[in-house]
Amino acid sequence: MSEISLKTELAGIKMNSPIMTASGTFGFGEEFEDFADFSTLGAIVVKGTTLQPRSGNKGIRIAETPAGMLNCIGLENPGVKVFIDEISPRIKKYNCPIIVNISGSTVEEYGELANMLDIDAVAAVELNVSCPNVKEGGIAFGVEPKSMMSVIRAAKKNTHKPVIIKLSPNVTDIAMMAKAAEEAGADAISLINTLMGMAIDINTWRPVLGNITGGLSGPAVKPVALRMVWEVRKAVSLPIIGMGGIMNAQDAIEFFLAGADAVAVGTANFVEPDITVKIYDGLEKYLGQKNLTDIKDIIGKLQA
Amino acid sequence: MILHKHFLADGAIIRHEKIGANDVYLLDIDIFTNAESFAAGQFVQLQVPDGEILLRRPLSIADVSGSRIVLIYRLIGKGTERLARAAVGSKVSILGPLGTGFGLECKRPLLVGGGLGIAPLLLLAKRFAGQADILMGCKNAAQMDWPLPLFKNVVKNTFITTDDGSMGMRGFTAEHLPKILAENSYDKVFVCGPEIMMKTVAKITAGHKIACEVSLEKRMACGLGACLSCTIETRQGRKKVCKDGPVFNSTEVFFDE
Ligand SMILES: Cc1cc2nc3c(=O)[nH]c(=O)nc-3n(C[C@H](O)[C@H](O)[C@H](O)COP(=O)(O)OP(=O)(O)OC[C@H]3O[C@@H](n4cnc5c(N)ncnc54)[C@H](O)[C@@H]3O)c2cc1C
Ligand SMILES: Cc1cc2nc3c(=O)[nH]c(=O)nc-3n(C[C@H](O)[C@H](O)[C@H](O)COP(=O)(O)O)c2cc1C
Ligand code: FES
Repeated sequence: MSEISLKTELAGIKMNSPIMTASGTFGFGEEFEDFADFSTLGAIVVKGTTLQPRSGNKGIRIAETPAGMLNCIGLENPGVKVFIDEISPRIKKYNCPIIVNISGSTVEEYGELANMLDIDAVAAVELNVSCPNVKEGGIAFGVEPKSMMSVIRAAKKNTHKPVIIKLSPNVTDIAMMAKAAEEAGADAISLINTLMGMAIDINTWRPVLGNITGGLSGPAVKPVALRMVWEVRKAVSLPIIGMGGIMNAQDAIEFFLAGADAVAVGTANFVEPDITVKIYDGLEKYLGQKNLTDIKDIIGKLQA
Repeated sequence: MILHKHFLADGAIIRHEKIGANDVYLLDIDIFTNAESFAAGQFVQLQVPDGEILLRRPLSIADVSGSRIVLIYRLIGKGTERLARAAVGSKVSILGPLGTGFGLECKRPLLVGGGLGIAPLLLLAKRFAGQADILMGCKNAAQMDWPLPLFKNVVKNTFITTDDGSMGMRGFTAEHLPKILAENSYDKVFVCGPEIMMKTVAKITAGHKIACEVSLEKRMACGLGACLSCTIETRQGRKKVCKDGPVFNSTEVFFDE
C-alpha cells in the first residue's frame, strides 16, 4: 500500500497538511511552540492585523456560552509594521506558510495592507470583512456584496500573493456572497467567521461583554458552518478553507466531505493546545481505515 | 526567572475535599512531572472533567510537592460546581505552569490576601521558608476556617481582619495595613485578592515607598498569550495577564481600567 499523504496545495501555496489555524486563536504561532508540530500544519493564519496598532475593546472580552464562546477582542494587534519588522522574522523558523489576516476601515486600507504584506515571509493575505466587533465599518464590508467586492479588488490590485476572502456568516445568502467573491477575483474562500451573539447577566441586568455583542465560535456553530461550506461548494469552484467548531478529526472530516479543501482550527486551540497534531494523526488514521491514501479522496465526497 | 516549558498533563486526583464551610475545596493532583520548581504566583488552566464545559478554568498553584500540585478553589459558577464533583482517582487535564511568579528578592516580606486570593500566598510563604508575615482578611470568622490551619507553620506572624470583627481586627485588610507597615520594617508587600483591595494596598505601599506586587485576575481562554482576552494597559504598554502576569509590579498597572 502506498503511503498516506496529507500534503496539499491551496491557491498555489504548498502545504504539509490541509490543517490550518484560524486567525485570532493561535497568536503568531509562538504561543503554541510547546504543543504544536509546525510540520503538520498547512499554514499559520495570524491574528487580524491593521495599519495602526489597536488596543481592542474595553471590559470583559470573552464569555462562555453553551458549547461555545463569545468574544469581542476588538482586533487588538500591534499593527502591520511591527508584524513585518519584528514578528515575521521571528516566526520564519517554523518553515510553515504564514497567512496574514487583515482588516481595514476603508477599501484603500485593505489595498495598503495587502501591498505592505507582499513580502517573502508572507504566503497569502486573508481579508477579514466579517469581524463583527469593530465599529469602524468592518461589518459593512462583509454583509453586502458590492463593498466586499471592492475590498477584494483593492487587495488583488496591490499584491502578487493569493488573496483569501473570509466570509461572514451573518448574511442571508452565503452562496451569493461566495459568487460575488469569485467574480471579484478572490483566490480562495475562508468560512465561517464568528456568528454575532450576546450574553446577559441576569443579576446586574447588564450585558456580559464589554462590547455588548460578540462573535460566537466553538462547537455550537459547527452545524451552521458545515451547511455554509456545503452551499458555497455548490456555488463556486474556488478552494474553500472550512472552519467553525472543529474540535477533533471527525469534525474536520465532516468539513472535507462537505467540500472544504482545507480546514482551520480555532477555539479548540484554547481547549487543547496540541489539538492540531491530534487532528493530523486522526486524519491519517481515518484514511488508513478507509483504505485511502490521499486527503483529496474525501474532499467534496458528500453524497446528498 | 526560569521560564518553564509548558506541559499538558492528564493529572490524577489524589485528594479532593471541602476544606472551607463557604464552599472552598482543595484539589491535590499528581501531574506526573516535577512541580517543585513552579513559581509561587503561577497558575494552571484546568479542564473541568465534564464534557460540557468548553473553556479551561484558571486556578493558582497553591502548593507543590514532588510531582503534585495543590489547587484551592471556591464554587463560583457552572465550572467550579462541576469540578467539585470530580472523584479521587479520576483524571483531570492540566495545562501549566502559566504566567510569571512573584519576585522573591527581599528580606522582610509581608503577604496580604483576601478571600481566595490567599491561596497562591501559601506557596509564596513556603518559598520564604517561614520568614514572611501574612495579613489576611475574610468576611467573618467562619471563612477563616481554611486559611488558618494552612498557614499555621509557614509564616512568622499572622494578622487577621474580618469585615464584621468576629475574628481578629474589624474591617478590611487595607484599613489596618498602614499601622502594620509603620510598626514593622517590611521591604516588599505581595497582594492577592479582590481588585479594590489590591488597588488600595498598592496606594498605601506607594505612600510608604515599599515595593509591592499584585496578582491580577482576568477572564481567560487560552492562558498562553494567544487569544488576547486578558490584556490590560500598563505603564509599559499592553500586557497579557496570562503571560506577562498574573503578577505585576503595583506601580505598573492602572486599576481603574
Ligand atoms: C490567574 C488566575 C488565578 C486564579 N486562581 C484562583 C484560585 O486559586 N482559586 C479560586 O477559587 N479562583 C481562582 N481564580 C478565579 C477562577 O478562575 C474563577 O473563579 C473560575 O474560573 C470560575 O469558574 P466558574 O465556571 O465556576 O464560574 P462562572 O462564573 O460560571 O464562569 C464563567 C466564565 O468566567 C470566568 N470567570 C469567572 N470568574 C472569574 C474570575 N474571578 N477570574 C477569571 N475568570 C473568571 C470563568 O473562567 C469562565 O470562563 C483565578 C483566576 C485567574 C485569572
Ligand atoms: C478569540 C478569537 C479571536 C478571533 N480573532 C479573529 C481575527 O482577528 N480575524 C478573523 O478573521 N477571525 C477571528 N476569529 C474568528 C476565527 O478565526 C474563526 O473564524 C471562528 O472562531 C470560527 O472557528 P472556531 O469555531 O473553530 O473558533 C477569532 C475567534 C476567536 C474565538
Ligand atoms: S488568556 Fe489568551 S491571551 Fe491571555
